[in-house]
Amino acid sequence: MRDGKASGRAMRRRDLLALIGTVAGSAAMYRAMTSLGFAAESPYRGPIALSGDVRGASVLVLGAGLAGMTAALELRKAGYKVQVLEFNSRAGGRNWTLRGGDTYTELGGFAQTCAFEDGQYFNPGPWRIPYHHRALLDYCKRLNVTLEPFVELNYNALLHASGAFGGRPQRIREIKADFQGHVTELLAKATAQGKLDEAVSAGDKEMLLQALKSWGALDKDYAYKKNLISSHFRGYASGPGGGLNAAPVPSEPIGLRDILKSELWDYLHSFAQLEFQTTMFQPAGGMDMIGKAFAREVGDLIRYDAKVIRIAQNDSGVTVTYVDAKVPATPQTAKADWCVCTIPLSILSQIPIDTGARMKAAIDAVPYASAVKIGLQFKRRFWEEDEAIYGGISYTDLPIRQIAYPSTGLNRGGRGVLLGAYIFEGSNAYEFASMPPAERVARAVAFGAQIHPQYPAEFENGVAVAWQRVPFTLGCAGYWTEKTRAEHYVDLCQIDGRIVLAGEHASYIPAWQEGAILSSLDAITRLHQRVIKT
Amino acid sequence: MPRLTYIVAAALLALSASSALAENAPLSAGFRFTEETGADLYAGVCQACHMPDGKGAVGAGAYPALAGDTNLAAGRYPAFVVVNGQRGMPPVGYFMNDAQVAAVVNYVRTHFGNNYPDAVTPEDVKVVRR
Repeated sequence: MRDGKASGRAMRRRDLLALIGTVAGSAAMYRAMTSLGFAAESPYRGPIALSGDVRGASVLVLGAGLAGMTAALELRKAGYKVQVLEFNSRAGGRNWTLRGGDTYTELGGFAQTCAFEDGQYFNPGPWRIPYHHRALLDYCKRLNVTLEPFVELNYNALLHASGAFGGRPQRIREIKADFQGHVTELLAKATAQGKLDEAVSAGDKEMLLQALKSWGALDKDYAYKKNLISSHFRGYASGPGGGLNAAPVPSEPIGLRDILKSELWDYLHSFAQLEFQTTMFQPAGGMDMIGKAFAREVGDLIRYDAKVIRIAQNDSGVTVTYVDAKVPATPQTAKADWCVCTIPLSILSQIPIDTGARMKAAIDAVPYASAVKIGLQFKRRFWEEDEAIYGGISYTDLPIRQIAYPSTGLNRGGRGVLLGAYIFEGSNAYEFASMPPAERVARAVAFGAQIHPQYPAEFENGVAVAWQRVPFTLGCAGYWTEKTRAEHYVDLCQIDGRIVLAGEHASYIPAWQEGAILSSLDAITRLHQRVIKT
Repeated sequence: MPRLTYIVAAALLALSASSALAENAPLSAGFRFTEETGADLYAGVCQACHMPDGKGAVGAGAYPALAGDTNLAAGRYPAFVVVNGQRGMPPVGYFMNDAQVAAVVNYVRTHFGNNYPDAVTPEDVKVVRR
């Protein structure tokens, strides 16, 4: 894997996680697990050019998510006859947004109708785009999808540990400044005492001390303590104003020991990771603006409500059998010379498919992660009005794990929709998925009230999506390990006869839209080369 | 980290119009499941996919019914699946100890119309962990 943490060592990922769990407790293990395998910069190098005579060849694309629609768009442009089969009644797949009036029925028949005010929305699936996801950004540009900044890091958002600081949330700004200040002070002391002389030359020592003072907000004695220097980083007890009594009053830093014990330091690293570094983007109006933009290009090729039940191939072509997803009556067939299959492996592993044993083993090897997201509408944007939190994410060790504030409509007053929970894997993801949707929402409100006491008075309604109960994926995303990648990834990505697979599951950027698009571009490029040669 | 068990106050749930559906089952604190009985583990883990009535569900793919499932006859088979996963199913037993896996397997094997009285033991689970 390209995460750079576990690779190149004899340690298996599972062992690493067990070790982290032993040493640092399960909260740290969760946070490590969610970060492993999720950091990779896109190798996208611009639009692909599939040149050459395809001689009337046809391609059947299975799935109208971003991988499938990328394939459809590029293959039609290259001259192929393309048709697409899609299980849902809409395009986009996991690229999905819920708005007021939308109804959603999950597996088990639990139905929800979103009651958000006009203009409010919630992205149950992907919700942010790193600046280095170049392929996705390029398609957004080519398809005229308006992007706006997504606020990932807000220094004024909160970090919350239910067993620390009397359960009171702390500002990210304060934890970051104080942790940095204390650590810098320790390092400055060691430097001044000559304890680093082996590592730092005499010439560099003075410069290092200056740097530590500047970076850590230390005073002239290299101490991090209550004064206007540290308050300029962590915030003041009373900020500088105008007129009489306007002088700033410094605030008291939190002690190093309290920060260490709270484990709140552990959230700081997530902001530093590549996929969460600023600038991040979101489509204006909802993530599904991307799916809709693709559908404007290729919607005429899509047969909706088509549930694939058999994928057959022989030397002359591919035959896919499907039924109407809503009224599964008479099976129908679609035929083509080639097939690009983007059906999630959780579902594809259940569909009879003619492939070699190695690809079939790969299809069967990838479990699907559990994830739950909950959107909550409030009467007023109290996080902005009362707490000056404009966008960004607060983190907590409560089961809801995160509260994310909207990055749009800032400082306008009126209603707002929060992401009231984002639970990726771990016990609570299964527990929330096991609840009826209304209970998920009620629990998210109850837990959130421990962080924002305004919740009970301001809450209006919510929707909850548990990805294991999503009918078209049966899970959030393919969950690869070091071991399964080593055994199966290459087999999964091979062209097997006339079939090639694509999707986030066939990428090293799992659970990101960029992975789906890059996988698709790679698959159709190889497929095209084969078509041109034969 | 303090090993807290989260219990949601009924008073807070009552604020939601839908609170009639809400229950007060405690949630796990941390990455691993803290439920201990078969019934609690089923209600907190398995029913996410296999549904409260054990009958599974059908979408683009399906979650198999556990109700009346003859694959449960040999107790080590469901224990193996819980511990190691199967195709899209995650290895949820990785986040349980052997006694928890045995408890939930025995629960499924004796409910939903299943009647396999030969209990799976934690030692059986240890054997099927790879």
